[in-house]
Amino acid sequence: MTAILTNLFDGVAYGMLLFVLACGLAVTLGLMNFVNLAHGAFAMAGGYVCMVLVNRMGWPFFAALPLAFVSAAAIGIVLERSLYRHLYTRSHLDQVLFTIGLTFMSVAAVDYIQGSSRVFINLPAALQGQFDVFGIGIGRYRLMIIVICGLLTIGLQMVLAKTRFGSRLRAAVDDPRAASGLGINVPQVFAFTFAFGCGLAGLGGALSAEILGLDPYFPLKFMIYFLIVVTVGGSSSITGPFLASLLLGIGDVAGKYYVPKMGPFVIYTMMIVILIWRPNGLFGRTAAR
Amino acid sequence: MTAASDVGYHAQRQARWHYGEVAFWLIVLACGFLFPSRYLIMTDILRLALFAMSLDLILGYAGIVSLGHAAFFGVGAYAAGLLALHGIINEPVLALVVAGLAAMVLGFGTSFLVIRGVDLTRLMVTLGIALLLEALAERFSNVTGGTDGLQGIEMQPIFGQIPFDMFGKAGFFYSLAVLFVLFLLARRVVHSPFGLSLRAIKNNPLRAAAIGIPVNRRLIAIYTLAAFYAGIAGALFTQTTAIASLDVFAFERSADLMLVLVIGGTGYLYGGLIGAVVFRMLQELFSTITPQYWQFWIGLVLVVIVLVGRQRLHRWVLYVPNLIIRQVAGRKAVVAVPESDT
Repeated sequence: MTAILTNLFDGVAYGMLLFVLACGLAVTLGLMNFVNLAHGAFAMAGGYVCMVLVNRMGWPFFAALPLAFVSAAAIGIVLERSLYRHLYTRSHLDQVLFTIGLTFMSVAAVDYIQGSSRVFINLPAALQGQFDVFGIGIGRYRLMIIVICGLLTIGLQMVLAKTRFGSRLRAAVDDPRAASGLGINVPQVFAFTFAFGCGLAGLGGALSAEILGLDPYFPLKFMIYFLIVVTVGGSSSITGPFLASLLLGIGDVAGKYYVPKMGPFVIYTMMIVILIWRPNGLFGRTAAR
Repeated sequence: MTAASDVGYHAQRQARWHYGEVAFWLIVLACGFLFPSRYLIMTDILRLALFAMSLDLILGYAGIVSLGHAAFFGVGAYAAGLLALHGIINEPVLALVVAGLAAMVLGFGTSFLVIRGVDLTRLMVTLGIALLLEALAERFSNVTGGTDGLQGIEMQPIFGQIPFDMFGKAGFFYSLAVLFVLFLLARRVVHSPFGLSLRAIKNNPLRAAAIGIPVNRRLIAIYTLAAFYAGIAGALFTQTTAIASLDVFAFERSADLMLVLVIGGTGYLYGGLIGAVVFRMLQELFSTITPQYWQFWIGLVLVVIVLVGRQRLHRWVLYVPNLIIRQVAGRKAVVAVPESDT
């Protein structure tokens, strides 16, 4: 019984992490209809920035996390303004080719700068180990992830639903032409959202180094997971991807624990079945545009 | 002249063999005699060309974007490897066809999943199928050899007559023959009314359905055929290298394949062949400059191609040849810009 609950806890932490990693993609892919296979590269950038700051420069872990966010967002906005912008109206094939190219470049570049082996971020002692609550083993680090990601999710939902920027974004996504007719600067809104999503991915990358493992092949290895979150979750709100991430996280942890031999088999099968059954995602609506 | 016969006239004109095409194949054949020390890499190019032609059939003609074409390549490779390893079918040509058929069965089965949904769903489903097969091959390591791959494959002579030699000469001409035969078949298919209907579907599926083309059935048919081609390419891989490992399913393989087609251009069959040559040469060039980081340059090539625009790039490349042809022959350019795939 306690093993099940511990697994559930780990799964929730994993799922929360996936959500933070992938929710930026939910916006670009689901809302802006841009296939960005290079999303993992931003996460990797954040992770490596955090690693360099903590391990090499001796920054405290919690001070390095915001910097991981900022640096990934900065890379995001530079790339969005210089390259991505030109591809919004192109075919999906072009977008796929372009972002695969970017992914390859990021993999090779990080390999060149930091070497190809897996890196670890030195964690403060307060985050290591685990404690028991009613016999359920709770990892301190995972608990922190759940807290941070939970707060982020609530914050995102509030921003999207309650603020002026949130309504602008929703308007821009629903009908870009009408939105710009109403005086909303649609490209600016998209650029900001893209950068914010990249920043979140960077933060997720920094947080995930401990759990998912961080090496130059991160963008390729986890690309499919991000895509699953978005396609299964649909794009109508952020609750869809959130539930999909939790489902995926719990499913993956449980799958690895109970049927280790089947490996990632369960996840891929689930994804294909869901896509066949509901092409627009479990919680989706008909795709925008 | 009525509209119908006019269309038929142009279709027939297009289907006729041009001098350029004959010259192309003669050059390929001549390469086999001119560079006897380069058989291994030339065989590699031929395999890649066949694989790219397979993707061209669905991408260039039917407009299906696939990120997991390596699935069929891998099934063909493992099928050929297992057939040879366990001595089930010793004759390579027969084994090749059987391996192709195995991939074809998978292609037929998965085509029903692929024709559903839009581009995005297709991308995901094809990618998912390739990853699924990779996971399966890893899981059933008692059959596939797991991460070690299939080892100790010994190929029997072709038709019981021509043995595979260590310089790869037999392998090269064998691959070339297979490629040529399959090319002839593909050429026949794409110039047939069936092929024309595929183009109609690619341009506008709704309109194609409105004029009475059974869209889904055509897509299933071409997807199955493409799977057969990819399976044969995979089987050739196993037969000429005597190895089959997990990386036949790798995502990088599907991604590289996209690059091959993008370099060569889609929708005129030669794109895959030309692209394969250019891609391999680029790869060789990059790996001599930076052995470990050639992927960076491949990525850069992709990004640049997309940013410049594929059609514009092809116009630039064909500018000089067309200029020469116009000067010499004094007529309109014969080397046309390949069709776009948007």
